[in-house]
Amino acid sequence: MALVKREATVERRKAKVGTKQQEIRFPVVSVILGILSLIGMMVSIWMIFLYAPTDAIQGEPQRIFYFHVPMAWLGMLGFVIVAFAGIGYLVKKDERWDWAARASAELGAFFITLALITGSIWGKTIWGTWWTWDARLTTTLILWFIYIGYLMLRSYMGRTPASARAGAVLAIIGIIDLPIIYESVNWWRTLHPPAQVGVQDALPPSVVLTLMVSLTTFTLLYSFLMIQLYQLQRAQTLAQQLRSSIE
Amino acid sequence: MTFLSQVLAILWKDIRCELRSKQTWTSMGLFALLVLVIFNFAFDLRVDNKAAIAPGAMWVAFVFASLLGLGRTIASEQEKGSMDRLMLCPVDRKAIYLAKLLGNMLFIGVVEVVALPIFAALFNVPFFTGELLPIVLLGTLGIATIGTLFSAIAAATQAREVLLPILVFPLIVPVVIGAVRATGTLMVPSINEPPWLGLMAAFDVIFLSVSMLMFEYVIEE
Repeated sequence: MALVKREATVERRKAKVGTKQQEIRFPVVSVILGILSLIGMMVSIWMIFLYAPTDAIQGEPQRIFYFHVPMAWLGMLGFVIVAFAGIGYLVKKDERWDWAARASAELGAFFITLALITGSIWGKTIWGTWWTWDARLTTTLILWFIYIGYLMLRSYMGRTPASARAGAVLAIIGIIDLPIIYESVNWWRTLHPPAQVGVQDALPPSVVLTLMVSLTTFTLLYSFLMIQLYQLQRAQTLAQQLRSSIE
Repeated sequence: MTFLSQVLAILWKDIRCELRSKQTWTSMGLFALLVLVIFNFAFDLRVDNKAAIAPGAMWVAFVFASLLGLGRTIASEQEKGSMDRLMLCPVDRKAIYLAKLLGNMLFIGVVEVVALPIFAALFNVPFFTGELLPIVLLGTLGIATIGTLFSAIAAATQAREVLLPILVFPLIVPVVIGAVRATGTLMVPSINEPPWLGLMAAFDVIFLSVSMLMFEYVIEE
């Protein structure tokens, strides 16, 4: 009886997978995003190293800022998306929200790590120290810890609905906590240069333009990778369902 | 049964369990004292650096001991198999969370009440002022609020002892900073100190309400 039931499930899963395979079209959006981010990367590199003027005080090391700012931005954007996908999952109970959350968490953790590394390199040349316990740096480091905690939790719990709910709860608590952490460390001590974009006449237009092009390019790259990782999550879930139907 | 009596019933169950076994209290208390002793060696406490180090040492001891107790909250229920029965009770999930939170507050509170005089004696600092009470209360509530929620999450995994601190420590940073600075201000009064008590109170209120809403998603089967 059990065997019959199991065979029936395998048949049903095969049928489900079959229809899913038919649905796969040529990934137009993904290809366009990939090409756009490739072109953008070329333009950004040209602008960062040749077009943008050398900073009068900081000199050449200032150019790492055009990489550092987009990476930090994507690290934070990634967590916001994890939290919103978490809310989406808790409300809709749809697995696709969870795939988006996982994909964004992996990407965000990657970019926040790069932001910490590029920031440290810049800090060593300009401040003369790899690290200070400033509000932005500390909050970024804590965000990195939350990301790693999230990824560890998800890998320990596997692909279950309980894991998706736990991840969503962690992301929601984290996103509410981050402004409070920032404010508390800010009260404690601070040193990071304040944001100078948008302040009148603080930066020459070519610098702002380079930064904007760089930000756009990295955001395009993020969207491209996000689609890839989302598809990977989907494929992994399907593979796991198939495996569990055979065992 | 009203909401309050449900909470009290679950809380009373936990207290009776603890009074019979006395496992959590003894291990948490001893652990807190050991951390204080280790800190004494690690920082070579003297009269001149006492004011800078003592508040930090005290709160590290409290946070570490709390984590020890918090890890047991849901895990002990699961080991005995009583979690399913608790879930079957016709009570709101918020009542379970609140009872577990109050239980944790009580356990950590007992440890703090025992550890504080010993701490004051060992480090030779005057800590018996009434002003310390709101700091300890708000700090403990903050740790317990986040800790109780995440102990339920960590209990669902194989590696709960490892996972709980990794999840909880980054999130309670504001409470730790606030509690340490507020305690430090008690020892060496300073002007222009930000409102640490207000920060801790805001943290507690925000996360108490969010955790109560989130708890049902965490323990749902």
